[in-house]
Amino acid sequence: MTAYEKLKTVRAAGRPTGSDFVNALFTDRVSLSGDRRYAEDSAILGGIGYLGEQAVTYIAIDKGHTLDERLQKHFGCPMPEGYRKALRLMKQAEKFGRPVICLVDTLGAFCGADGEERGQGQAIAENLTEMMGLKTPVISLVIGEGGSGGALALAVADRVYMLENAVYSVISPDGCASIIWKDAAKAQDAADCLHITAQDMVNFGVAENIIPEDFDHFETMCGGIKTLLLSHLNELCALSPDELLSQRYQRFRRIGIYEENGNTVK
Amino acid sequence: MASAAAGEKQILKKDMITTMKFDLFSRRSAKEPANEAKEKTEMLTCPSCKNACAKDILRDSFFVCQACGAYVRIPARERIKLLADPDSFQELDADLTSVDFLSFPGYQDKLTKAKESTGEKSAVITGTATLGGVPCAVYVMDSRFIMASMGSAVGEKITRLFEYATENHLPVIGIPCSGGARMQEGIVSLMQMAKCSGAVRKHSDAGLLYLVLLTDPTTGGITASIAMEGDITLAEPKALVGFAGRRVIEQTTGADLPADFQKAEFLLKHGFVDLILPREKQRETMTLILRQHQKEAVQ
Repeated sequence: MTAYEKLKTVRAAGRPTGSDFVNALFTDRVSLSGDRRYAEDSAILGGIGYLGEQAVTYIAIDKGHTLDERLQKHFGCPMPEGYRKALRLMKQAEKFGRPVICLVDTLGAFCGADGEERGQGQAIAENLTEMMGLKTPVISLVIGEGGSGGALALAVADRVYMLENAVYSVISPDGCASIIWKDAAKAQDAADCLHITAQDMVNFGVAENIIPEDFDHFETMCGGIKTLLLSHLNELCALSPDELLSQRYQRFRRIGIYEENGNTVK
Repeated sequence: MASAAAGEKQILKKDMITTMKFDLFSRRSAKEPANEAKEKTEMLTCPSCKNACAKDILRDSFFVCQACGAYVRIPARERIKLLADPDSFQELDADLTSVDFLSFPGYQDKLTKAKESTGEKSAVITGTATLGGVPCAVYVMDSRFIMASMGSAVGEKITRLFEYATENHLPVIGIPCSGGARMQEGIVSLMQMAKCSGAVRKHSDAGLLYLVLLTDPTTGGITASIAMEGDITLAEPKALVGFAGRRVIEQTTGADLPADFQKAEFLLKHGFVDLILPREKQRETMTLILRQHQKEAVQ
């Protein structure tokens, strides 16, 4: 499958959404709402549940299934209050020593006048600095589309998994094509140029694991994800808070390719 | 208290005037002739009336457009000259530059042209300086260099600057101005937002000040990271600062946006900026803020 075909695949109706993964991965859930500052944003689901025997905080971007749901959730493009709600639940998880599992599936942060008025950029920025200091393990799964800063705001994590066809990009290939070639129809070329596939993410050190997709056996597939999450959480929970933060810092610190004194540094 | 503060301000003002005069004098005497000739011909375009203004004339008036009075975007090195004490700036990581590692269409060409037209190797200049005698670390982004978008080189330089400042207990002055993440470096450029934010966080945890001056235009991934992570956030009048682009919002939502949408005044009204500062006040006020955060004991 080409990068663009993957993008089409993850955007297609019928693909499992954040809420489907939440239902399959976590048991005995209590869902939690609101950012305590302005509003509730249903584009981001949050709550406490069990991953096997382990209590965790889950945070999931959800595009919704029906048209009504999709409209209400802005097609999975979170508002600033969504990111602030996510941060509230992360801080709560830190307080009670619960690991955080984030599920990412968004075209990007909501793009609109009200989002700007309420500081979309500031909300994302705050999540980046706060997640860098969050003293509890964080694992993020990109289950569909990882759209730019709106995805990164839930993915400053100790481990990042990509579903087999999931993509992660600095800009949507459509947006990139309109800027570079003034032609959104060239999104296929842009998708190749941007290197957005799960394998690209592993190559650049952005993700650790690729999870094979088998939506015909969704429960079994999620069982595999559970096992992987628990084994990584075991490793991460064994670290001291300082070691955990230091490893998280280094995980991002080493990403970058540039030239210095005539040498290319990777 | 109030009178003491006023006294301090006056001293700073005087200080500013003398250093500015000194700066102009020293700049002229130290300039290499070849550079002088090149700089004289460099024209900067006013973002408001599109009038082309000669850089060496603009320099004497805080880069205010002679035709319409709007703020012309200041090249990074000129900005440092306006703010820092004369001869106090020491550049860090000057050699660091970008690589077209994705073989992205047109990127190599863009890099070559940006380097030629600006004489810079990357879209950000970092280093240490003093303001009114107070030592600090400083980064200034340069919109002439591929809209100062942030790729690996910019991300690495800013990260190193914050690490250096943390190690040496220095406050950081950040002057962002950027089109956002540099898409020609794909996902690696998005990760620079997290990388820089990690370094900002460590600097903050060390109890050190990060003072931001938002300049026109600051958008996308920079607004969603380093531009909005300061302890104190200042902005230039009418500077455009936002996450999503105005045109994109108009096209996708059909919204009728106010004239001041995403301008510094709009951000101030909605609570995302502490203070709007005209250029002639910036040095004085930023020096005062640095002084307020010096850790000397109460007398």
